[in-house]
Amino acid sequence: MQHQQAKGEGKGLPLSSTPPPDYLASDTNPPGDQSLAIELRKISKRFGSVQANKDIDLKVERGTIHGIVGENGAGKSTLMSILYGFYQADKGEILINGKPAKIKSSRDAISAGIGMVHQHFMLVDTFSVLENVILGAEQSAMLKASEENAREALQQLSDEYQMSVPLDAPVGDLPVGQQQRTEILKALYRNAEILILDEPTGVLTPQEADQLFRVLQALKDRGVTIILITHKLREIMDVTDNVSVLRLGEIVATQRTADTSTTELAELMVGRKLQTQQFKKVDNPGGENGIAVHNLTVTDDRGLTRVDNVSFEVKRGEIVGIAGVAGNGQSTLLEVLAGIQSPDTGSFTINNHQANANSPITPKEMREIGVQHVPEDRLRLGLVKSFTAAESSVLGYQNRKRFNWRMFLNIRSIRAACKKLMQAFDVRPPDPKLRSSSFSGGNQQKLILARELDKSPSVLLVGQPTRGVDIGAIELIHQKIIEIRDANCAVLLVSVELDEIMTLSDRILVMFEGRIVGTMKGGEADKTTLGLMMANALDDAA
Amino acid sequence: MSTSNIELPAWIEILLIPILNILMALFFAGLIIFAIGENPIDAVRIMLNGAFGYDEGVGYTLYYTTNFIFTGLAVAIAFHARLFNIGGEGQAYIAGLGVGLAFLALDGVLPAFLLIPIGILAAALFGALWALIPAWLQAYRGSHIVITTIMFNFIASSLMVYLLVNVLIKPGSMSPETREFTEQSWLPFMHEVLGIFGIEVTRTPLNVSFILALVCCLLVWIYIWKTRWGYALRTAGQSEAAAIYAGIKPKRIIIITMSISGALAGLVAVNEIMGVHHRVILNFTAGYGFTGIAVALMGRNHPVGIIMASLLFGVLYQGGAELAFEMPKITREMVVAIQGLIILFSGALALMLRPVIVKIWLAIKPVPSAMQHG
Repeated sequence: MQHQQAKGEGKGLPLSSTPPPDYLASDTNPPGDQSLAIELRKISKRFGSVQANKDIDLKVERGTIHGIVGENGAGKSTLMSILYGFYQADKGEILINGKPAKIKSSRDAISAGIGMVHQHFMLVDTFSVLENVILGAEQSAMLKASEENAREALQQLSDEYQMSVPLDAPVGDLPVGQQQRTEILKALYRNAEILILDEPTGVLTPQEADQLFRVLQALKDRGVTIILITHKLREIMDVTDNVSVLRLGEIVATQRTADTSTTELAELMVGRKLQTQQFKKVDNPGGENGIAVHNLTVTDDRGLTRVDNVSFEVKRGEIVGIAGVAGNGQSTLLEVLAGIQSPDTGSFTINNHQANANSPITPKEMREIGVQHVPEDRLRLGLVKSFTAAESSVLGYQNRKRFNWRMFLNIRSIRAACKKLMQAFDVRPPDPKLRSSSFSGGNQQKLILARELDKSPSVLLVGQPTRGVDIGAIELIHQKIIEIRDANCAVLLVSVELDEIMTLSDRILVMFEGRIVGTMKGGEADKTTLGLMMANALDDAA
Repeated sequence: MSTSNIELPAWIEILLIPILNILMALFFAGLIIFAIGENPIDAVRIMLNGAFGYDEGVGYTLYYTTNFIFTGLAVAIAFHARLFNIGGEGQAYIAGLGVGLAFLALDGVLPAFLLIPIGILAAALFGALWALIPAWLQAYRGSHIVITTIMFNFIASSLMVYLLVNVLIKPGSMSPETREFTEQSWLPFMHEVLGIFGIEVTRTPLNVSFILALVCCLLVWIYIWKTRWGYALRTAGQSEAAAIYAGIKPKRIIIITMSISGALAGLVAVNEIMGVHHRVILNFTAGYGFTGIAVALMGRNHPVGIIMASLLFGVLYQGGAELAFEMPKITREMVVAIQGLIILFSGALALMLRPVIVKIWLAIKPVPSAMQHG
């Protein structure tokens, strides 16, 4: 859908629109509104044939929190990159505090009072918080003086906003929440009056997210303007004053948050009605074990324990979800069960085949015994970006008889099979000859899921099935996972999205620092308890 | 904004950009020729005439082309597995040792229809073995293959000097080379083959290994794009993680690919030893292995591109020799400089023009195709 519309738009686009409106001539500019921290007028940006932003008008009032939501590829990141000087808009203008601003680099943005907290932190792990903050803003050739000045300023800032961070600790040793604070301090130290946060809660526990929102509230009370980019609608409802929805490069609505609802926002984002998903939970499935893990321990190359003495079972006809903040061993666990890594001690039985350090099962053998794996990192593992969709659709199955004829790959049967997968899972566009990288995240994911589910797995390992996937595709992906469970498959689901875990799982395990620290039934799980478990703070709270 | 991930139509990527690169190189070469007081247009005319103007020139051009195809393919197939085989020179050299040992032992004993396949196999096998050691070191010990293959060139060179001077030298000879092999082991020359069909051409070193080179192009193309092994090779080259996920063993791919690569480079010895010299001599590889890197780069690692790039280098070698002969002011070294310019523009600076062309293409592109952004 997105594809076709983009195509339609592209056609009418190139310079065929009306002559530039007269406000583009600077002498006739209407004066900017002083109460607006940021005003964007008719911002357009095109990458090749893709209209990433089209005639964006956005007004952000000073001292408010303004949310921007939209699906992947809706143009949020492009818009913020324009505001922060990474890209130049093709046309349109930016007004900061009512005055036209030329932002050609992030340096310009910083001097205009804009600070940005990226989704992936731009910090040097081995530097201390203090060193990170002054990096690029040193006041003299020798660091000593800058550090002393900064220390005082930072102390004030962190007192003012209750953001305590150990200034001399290496950033790499800090928890993610504190790293994020470092990023915020960095921006504030550069006198940012406008703060852009890009998907700030993706890596945080619910509790850390709450702390972040308290900080944002405090910043707002001191007059800082905040732009919050997220795809989590609940956060928008909780903390923002106004919200703008982007779809296919255009702003489709800007509203007072109080006057809208998550349902309405979701529908605006997708452009159609959405059904709420409710799946029946399976309680105490009677079947045999699909996966049984016994005292599994895995250490990585650096000798760090990634999975620490873990034991659990997944029955056939059951979805077990593993919740946890990213980086607490879930990914490693999944890779071990898929045969990609081998365990150090302990063992596991998967679809009645036993594996341990001395007798590992390879990924190839896993596929043969009916264990299918939808990997977490689909771009790195799940498909090969430069391959055609058809080629990617046999990744892992390239040696199967039906795809080969003597020594040759049977391109025709591969394409036909790919076409069938695409139809069954609604992959758009359904063109097996298109490069894998040309598909959107959701369609890539649907193709991978189609490839694995097509082999009728009796054990399915799924990692982050909907990360970076559009809302529209999420419905279908969830539906398919439930269907395979109902076909008596044992499903192990790893996801950092609590909502997803709670929607799909019949049983939830929580991992923290490689250990399983809690178990809940899917039907009885609540966010607060899970959140506390994810931070391993349940006992403290009780 | 980065343009590297924007797709261009094949004809721009494979034809237009390489041609523009060559034209730029020729332009700068022309400036140099102009600066020393010769006419650049005349120089090009002499070069082309030398390469294509008469049958002897064509023979020499294609004879050089043969070597470049072998070494270009060797670099290209390794490149698809993201391995940089800089060792074609050494692999070809050691392959010559293989041919030499086989023929010194067997050439008086076996008939031609056995000797020639044995010679080809010996060349491929020795080339493969010489590539296998760096491959093994890369796969199981993590030694970088660029470094090891370069060093193996030096080892090969020293080893061959030692063997030719001390061991394999024809008894009583002053020159470090083996005895001449018996005629049963000689590959037929093209002028001989054509002579059978009644086509009279001048005697040149061009021999039937040119056909072998074209067959290799076809086989490499089939292997990389049409078989499951090539699929595994490309997967491992694109993403090691995806390969492991797909049950492909990257270490095995390194070993297999480098063996094939070394074998292809080794076939230079078939052209040189079995086809032309009929004995093992010092430095018969004459830099073909290194030029193969430029050939592969220029041919975009595709067999068709490699044939065209090899032909270009064949023209440069043969036409360049002619040029040095006809225009005394243009020395042999000057010709090497012109070759260097072409390598520079179509190898090292191959993508210099691409961003500009992408911009032009996007501006004039007829119907915008749908692409995802994100």
